[in-house]
Parts: sequence; C-alpha cells; structure tokens
Amino acid sequence: MSEKILITGNEALAEAAIRAGLEAYFGYPITPQNEITEYMARRMPEEGRVFVQSESELAAINMVFGGAATGKRVMTSSSSPGISLMQEGISYLSGAELPAVVVNIMRGGPGLGNIAPSQSDYFQATRGGGHGDYRTIVLAPSTVQEMADLMFPAFDLADLYRIVVMVLGDGVLGQMMEPVLLEKKQTHRKLPAKDWALTGCAGRSQNIVKSLDLVVPRLEKRNLMLQEKYRRIEENEVMCEGHLLEDAEIVLVAYGIASRVVRTVVSRARKEQIKAGWIRPVTLWPFPSRQIAAAAERARLFLTVELSYGQMFDDVRIAVAGKAPVHFTGRAGGAIPTVEAVLDEVKKLMQPGKVAVER
Amino acid sequence: MKTVFERTETLYDRPTHYCPGCGHGVIHRLIAESIDELGLQGRTIGIAPVGCSVLAYNYINIDMIEVAHGRAPAVATGLKRCSPDMIVFSYQGDGDLASIGAGEILHATHRGERFTVFFVNNAIYGMTGGQMAPTTMLAQTTTTTPTGRRSNREGYPLQVCELLATLPGAAYIERCSVHDAAHIRKTKRCIRHALQLQLDGVEGLGLVEVLSPCPTYWRMSPSDARKWLEEEMIKVFPLGRFKG
Ligand SMILES: Cc1ncc(C[n+]2csc(CCOP(=O)(O)OP(=O)(O)O)c2C)c(N)n1
Repeated sequence: MSEKILITGNEALAEAAIRAGLEAYFGYPITPQNEITEYMARRMPEEGRVFVQSESELAAINMVFGGAATGKRVMTSSSSPGISLMQEGISYLSGAELPAVVVNIMRGGPGLGNIAPSQSDYFQATRGGGHGDYRTIVLAPSTVQEMADLMFPAFDLADLYRIVVMVLGDGVLGQMMEPVLLEKKQTHRKLPAKDWALTGCAGRSQNIVKSLDLVVPRLEKRNLMLQEKYRRIEENEVMCEGHLLEDAEIVLVAYGIASRVVRTVVSRARKEQIKAGWIRPVTLWPFPSRQIAAAAERARLFLTVELSYGQMFDDVRIAVAGKAPVHFTGRAGGAIPTVEAVLDEVKKLMQPGKVAVER
Repeated sequence: MKTVFERTETLYDRPTHYCPGCGHGVIHRLIAESIDELGLQGRTIGIAPVGCSVLAYNYINIDMIEVAHGRAPAVATGLKRCSPDMIVFSYQGDGDLASIGAGEILHATHRGERFTVFFVNNAIYGMTGGQMAPTTMLAQTTTTTPTGRRSNREGYPLQVCELLATLPGAAYIERCSVHDAAHIRKTKRCIRHALQLQLDGVEGLGLVEVLSPCPTYWRMSPSDARKWLEEEMIKVFPLGRFKG
C-alpha cells in the first residue's frame, strides 16, 4: 500500500523515472532542475544503476546516445540553456531512432535569462530545435503528481516508437511540493524487442546504429518512414483534458503550470455567468488539434494562456483554422499570469456586443 | 601455393573508398586483426566518427555506432557504463578528437573511462577537403592556411598524447605511425595492447595515436607522403609511450 508523500516535482519525476525502469542517467547541473540530478546521484547507485555527471549538456546527450544504443532505458534532464546545447544530440537520436527521455524544466530566456519558471521553449520542443525533419513526443505535466505519472508513458512511448520523448515542465512544477502517490504505474503497452541494440554481434549479423545515408533515394525513403511513424503517433498518442466544453462560448487553452491558473479563471468566470471552458493539452506534440477543432465548432472564441509571448498560440490557431478568433495572453521572463489578469481578459473579450478581433 | 597473408575474419571483403596511400584502411585492418586475435568480435562495440572514416562499419564487422562530430568519447562513456562487459572503442580523426571534440576526450580521460581510443592524426581535415586541423604542422599549407600555418596566427600543432598523459585518468597513451611496414607492425602491437588492457579491466582510458598519411590533401604522392610523415611529422609528434 502506497501513501501520499510531500516532495518536489523534480524529486517526484526522478523517483518515478527510477520506478519506470530507468537504467542510466546522465546530466549536468542547472537550476531549476538540480534536484533531479542530485536525486539520481543518490538513488541510481543505490539501485545498482548508472549515474554520470557529465562535463556538459553536449556530453550528457551523447552519453544518452551511447546508453540508448545498448538498449538500456536512459534519460537526461536539464533546463532551457542546457536543452539548447542538446539539440544536436536530439537530432542524432531522432535520425538513428534511439529511444530516450529528455526532461526540460524550463526557465526564463532568451540567453541566460533567469531561473524563474517559463514556457518559452515550446517552439524548440515541438518544432525540433535541431536540424532535419524530426519530431519528439512532448509531454507536459501540470502537477507534481503528473510529473511522476508521465514518466511511465514517457519511457514506454520512447521504446515503442524508438523516439525521443521530452517531458516539458517548468521551474514552478520542478520546485514546488505537493502530495504525491508514488506507484509503479503499469501502462500495459506491448513493447517491441530491441533487436537493433548494440550488444555484441555474437551469433547474429552486425548491428549498426547510424543516421548517415549518402544515397539520396535511400535517405529520402528513411525520411518517409520516419514521417509515417510520426503520423501513427499523431493518430494514436494524443493526450488532452477538457472541461465545461459542452456549452462553452469561450475556450481557454493552456498547458502545464498555466493550465492551473486557467482552471481557476474558468470556475470564477462561470460564477459570473460567463460560459467558459478549458482545454489542456498533455501531449504538446502530437498536438490535440482534433479536440480543439471540435471545440471550435461550438465556441465563439479562444484564449490561449502561456508563460511565453504566444508559442502554443500558433498551434491553437492552426487547429481552430479560422472557425473562431484566437486570442492570447501571457507573460514571460519568469512572471506568471495572475488569475485576476486572465479573468479580466476573459471579461473584456466576452463583453456583450463586442466583436472579437484576434490579438 | 603457400598462403602468406589472409584477410582477418572481422574485416569485410569489400573495395575501399579511401584514397590511394591513405592510412585509414591499414589502421582498420590492424584493429580488425587485433579483435580477432583476442577473440573479441562478438563482444566489441566500435564508434565511427564524423570524418573520412565515418563508414568504418562497412569494413569492420562488429556492432558499430556512428556519432556526432567529436562526441565519440561521450557516446563511448554511455556505451561502456551501460555495458561494462563489452569492449568499447572509438575511432577518431584529429579534427574530430583534437578540435570539436577536445572537451569530450579531455573529460572522458579525466574521469578515467575504461574504453579505448584510436586517434588517427593526419594533420588535416580529410573529409571536408583539406582544411587546417589543430595538428596541422607549422608552414603546412591547407585550404584554410593557404600561405602556411603560422604559430602567431593559428597556434602550434596540438600534441594530444603529451596533453592527456598528464591526467591521472589515462591508463595507457602511446603514439605510433603507419608510414612503413616496421611501424605498422609496431602500431598493431599498441592497438592490441590497448584492447588487452580494457579486457583486463584496467582502470583508466587507453589511447593510441596513429600518425597517418593523407596524400590527397597533403598534395603529395603516396610515397612522398610517407616520407614527409617520417621526416617532418615525427619531429613534432614524437613516437613512443607517454603513459602506462
Ligand atoms: C558539427 C559538425 N561540424 C562540421 C562538420 C563537417 N566535418 C565533417 S568531417 C570534418 C573534419 C574531419 O577531419 P578529421 O577529424 O581530421 O578526420 P579525417 O577526415 O581527416 O579522417 C568536418 C569539419 C560536421 N559533420 N559536423
């Protein structure tokens, strides 16, 4: 029998990763996610598993590359500037189709920015900050409990699709404490054998893990195969939550920590007779475009709320496809939109007789 | 007829893509022979770098991984830590190891990682068409030092063995050459020794630097290239054991 314990999001995520079968962790210190690295330094050796503090994020992601190639469950974690350094490695992991989990506890940017929470790496995470036509699955927790829970599907999805799964949190989720039930969540996914792994070629032919193909038609074919895989993921792996959408005239869309502000805003708006509802994407890629498009059949307008200056906003607009105006409100650089400010924005947009024009 | 020389099992029977007089093919063969002599074909993971030898896996028949430019020592760290019973080696050029990957080799050595590095120093960037490497010789002309490398502009040739041998994490560091038959035989002994140390579980990193001719981008005939290596390169990159 498990009991709820009070721990930080970073620690909950780290412990869940271990319970999800993490075999090797590689990382370089950066705030606001040092608790993950420190937790791993303590717990991984206890479990007889691998922990390495790398000399840089560049090295960390390449250690992940090596570890993943052996077929082991591996991960790294960092925050925004470190994730920027990992982009080359993420592209190579994608090209070589190696499963890996990369955690980004986002902080304020650009540049060194600050160590306060942010959601400004959405473009980088969902568009691929590295080179080439690749995708990473992006999971966005919104509670400490979910920081833990999402680690189980994260590793399974990585193995199932031989893909990089990014867990995109932020400084608040990483640092804050909430009661958490730590369990070994069964995902009941049937995972394919890792017959591509580098385990020594005794008794079989040589395995090669690579991304180079100098022959144009062959690399094109490989790209098409990757695209087909990405379509399958878009078809099958969208996760999203919605509430009060049946009669909602205004739909607020937010993920991660911003979605918690939005929940409060929506319940306060309802008390004031404003028909508001919310959608929270859990997977940022694949994006819940269908769910948003369905809501756009009924809703009069959309409001996207982010700790950025409008990144997921683009995806919401693509999904809404002109059926309704899409508005944005948000703050970045470490600031968090307050319930009052977002509620004011909702009221302003919902003024009777007002013609809503985008932005 | 008496057979005096046979292709070793771990080497594929394939036409080479290397230029005439290039050292990479010879070094591949020495590695493959050493693997077979030690009976390691089934339990070795090799790393192909970015450089002319990126296709090393087409010649050496073992499990192999191709990695980003310079990052081989980090990838090797991941491989070896996750599979300590495997024999892991990286194969890297001088641009790969001494320039873009200088941080990774320094820190892998510093941590005393237990894998083996075969470092091929041809004093130039071969794959990209003959640009300066950190190991390019003073006065050597390359496409990016068209008037010759000058110390007050591009610095001095970087001596990797000398540098890494200062680190306690280095178990074995030796520089060899493949410019003639005697030195090729000696290089083979070093490669084999380095693999043997890893097999024995010796703590620390083993690195064998191999001076290797690049006639194409040195713009010399293969025989002149071998001569230049012997007469000029060895002066700056003295052969011998630096550690272990
Ligand atoms: C990040 C990155 N930068 C640059 C390159 C281009 N590049 C490919 S090989 C190479 C240098 C190769 O030289 P070296 O390591 O000495 O090996 P050689 O080809 O001489 O054997 C460079 C700069 C690349 N592939 N990736």
